[in-house]
Amino acid sequence: MGELRLMKGNEVIAEAAIRCGCDGYFGYPITPQSEVMETLMNRRPWDETGMVVLQAESEVASINMVYGAAGAGKKVMTSSSSPGISLMAEGISYLAGAELPCLIVNVQRGGPGLGTIQPSQADYFQATKGGGHGDYRLIVLAPASVQEMNDFVDLSFELAFKYRNPVMILSDGAIGQMMEKVELADYKPRWTDEEVKEVSGSWAAIGKSPDREQNIITSLELASDKMEQNNIRFQAKYQKIQENEVRFEAIDCDDADYILVAFGSSARVCQKTIQLARAKGHKVGLLRPITLFPFPTEEIKRLAGRVKGFLSVEMNAGQMVEDVRLAVNGKVPVEYYGRMGGIIPSPDEVEKALEQKLIGE
Amino acid sequence: MAEVAENIQNIIKPENLVYQKSPVLTDKVMHYCPGCSHGVVHKIIAEVIDEMGIQEDTIGVSPVGCSVFAYNYIDIDWHEAAHGRAPAVATGVKRVFPNKFVFSYQGDGDLAAIGTAETMHAVNRGENIVMVFINNAIYGMTGGQMAPTTMVGQVTATTPYGRDVDLNGYPLKITELIAQLPGAAYVTRQSVQTAAAVKKTKKAIRKAFEIQANKKGTAFVEVVATCNSGWKISPVDSNEWMEEHMFPFYPLGDLKDGEKEDPEALKMNV
Ligand SMILES: Cc1ncc(C[n+]2csc(CCOP(=O)(O)OP(=O)(O)O)c2C)c(N)n1
Repeated sequence: MGELRLMKGNEVIAEAAIRCGCDGYFGYPITPQSEVMETLMNRRPWDETGMVVLQAESEVASINMVYGAAGAGKKVMTSSSSPGISLMAEGISYLAGAELPCLIVNVQRGGPGLGTIQPSQADYFQATKGGGHGDYRLIVLAPASVQEMNDFVDLSFELAFKYRNPVMILSDGAIGQMMEKVELADYKPRWTDEEVKEVSGSWAAIGKSPDREQNIITSLELASDKMEQNNIRFQAKYQKIQENEVRFEAIDCDDADYILVAFGSSARVCQKTIQLARAKGHKVGLLRPITLFPFPTEEIKRLAGRVKGFLSVEMNAGQMVEDVRLAVNGKVPVEYYGRMGGIIPSPDEVEKALEQKLIGE
Repeated sequence: MAEVAENIQNIIKPENLVYQKSPVLTDKVMHYCPGCSHGVVHKIIAEVIDEMGIQEDTIGVSPVGCSVFAYNYIDIDWHEAAHGRAPAVATGVKRVFPNKFVFSYQGDGDLAAIGTAETMHAVNRGENIVMVFINNAIYGMTGGQMAPTTMVGQVTATTPYGRDVDLNGYPLKITELIAQLPGAAYVTRQSVQTAAAVKKTKKAIRKAFEIQANKKGTAFVEVVATCNSGWKISPVDSNEWMEEHMFPFYPLGDLKDGEKEDPEALKMNV
């Protein structure tokens, strides 16, 4: 059993980073995630593990610092909230194009624009469909608890290096700000120079001897035939991720007639909703995608052969519902219910929506 | 042909050798236009890396601009940064590799327009990096549009009637701004249009790398440069145009020579 603590989601991101051997954090303050950097600056990990922490002049700078440090083969990360992630979009596209492993945490708030500092899931499209320019994908993990904020940091680095791809933890202001019991991981030492060389020496810019080929971190390829080959390679990688890395949690789906599909904070609301519905005699289950890319398409497709309908519950205007509909492909009705503007729906209102939209009288 | 090659081999004997391509320059043919300053500055950097024996410990960051492909010519590990972001990328590299030599290489659009914030803040933090700044008063790569450093009255693709201050603002002396920042250790402005100027620039770049070794703060080397294709005049005329129009506005020489400010002297008394 690891060390137990009562902590905020944002604080746990910082603690987990230090403990998993992260080499660097570069960020810029924005509510509701500023505790990530504040916790790091308080902890002074540079004295403890050697991890560097830097407050950048903007999110544009912090994501490019991540680009430089990730290109050095190091385990590095940033965190921000929605408007800051928009500013990082350019850098994220370059990271994807240069195939650099790194972790980006988005503790979402409501938008568009400056919007609200209250929790939201309105960046689903941005996280899963690009956000920046060009054909690329991030691996996107959606934590629904403070414990998962902890667990997904190490998992993100594992996936990032396995696929040489940026990973995003798509959280929201509720999970970032709330306190829960968390079991912390044991300390893992940072990689030594030798280990960095072993893991990433074939591609990272770590300094070359006269006889080795250059390692060049770049997304540029002017020759279309070569660039298309790069694109094909990226797509093959994303396909492999789709085949191997789908993660989801299914609660009470086995005998369910209706399935709620929800991630993160809205999935927590829906856990209560299925209890309310079952108390009324409706057989309702919850499918919680943990990876938003890769999306649990196959599992939804499988369930669609058996259930009477799906309700996608989101804190946005209905974004994930499009992926649910693609998976269900018209077999049964797929409805959406959600709130916007930083409002978290109540279990009751979701239950009512379920009855109105799917179950009927 | 074979005869010529043989003759050359006969002539090139160690005792006859007065000049040799730096082994830190690759054999790739440069894509730069004849008369462009970029290639000369690349050569200087390669020579400095070679002479200091730091090839294995040097990481470069190239910009978006004509020198985006600098990585093809200097035989070290590189990062190709997004437009204007090289100082942030270099910061990331240097922070996780404090004992490596890290330098950024940028044009005026990259460093003084789209990347102004990254430039100023990297220097203001006193990042222990070398920043090489090629000021050719124009956007070379995109076909000769106005740069932040374009001279008043200078004709470019986007100032076809000459740069008009009412419309476009003033040419930006970013190096003078940089020299005001407490994180800057060494700020100098050089050029490469004559053999003597090349020598001076090489000395400046060598000094910049030595400052990095001693962790004294940011070393910033501007090179006032030509872009004869963008300026649409011959290489020889470009050198003259630069001397006549740019040197009075961008005077050569050191703007700061020392080390970053002592933080103790600035600390609040609490
Ligand atoms: C975000 C972004 N905006 C615009 C461009 C187009 N662009 C490429 S190079 C360049 C200007 C380069 O000029 P400079 O930095 O002066 O370098 P030079 O080519 O003259 O050496 C521009 C505007 C880009 N690549 N990315």
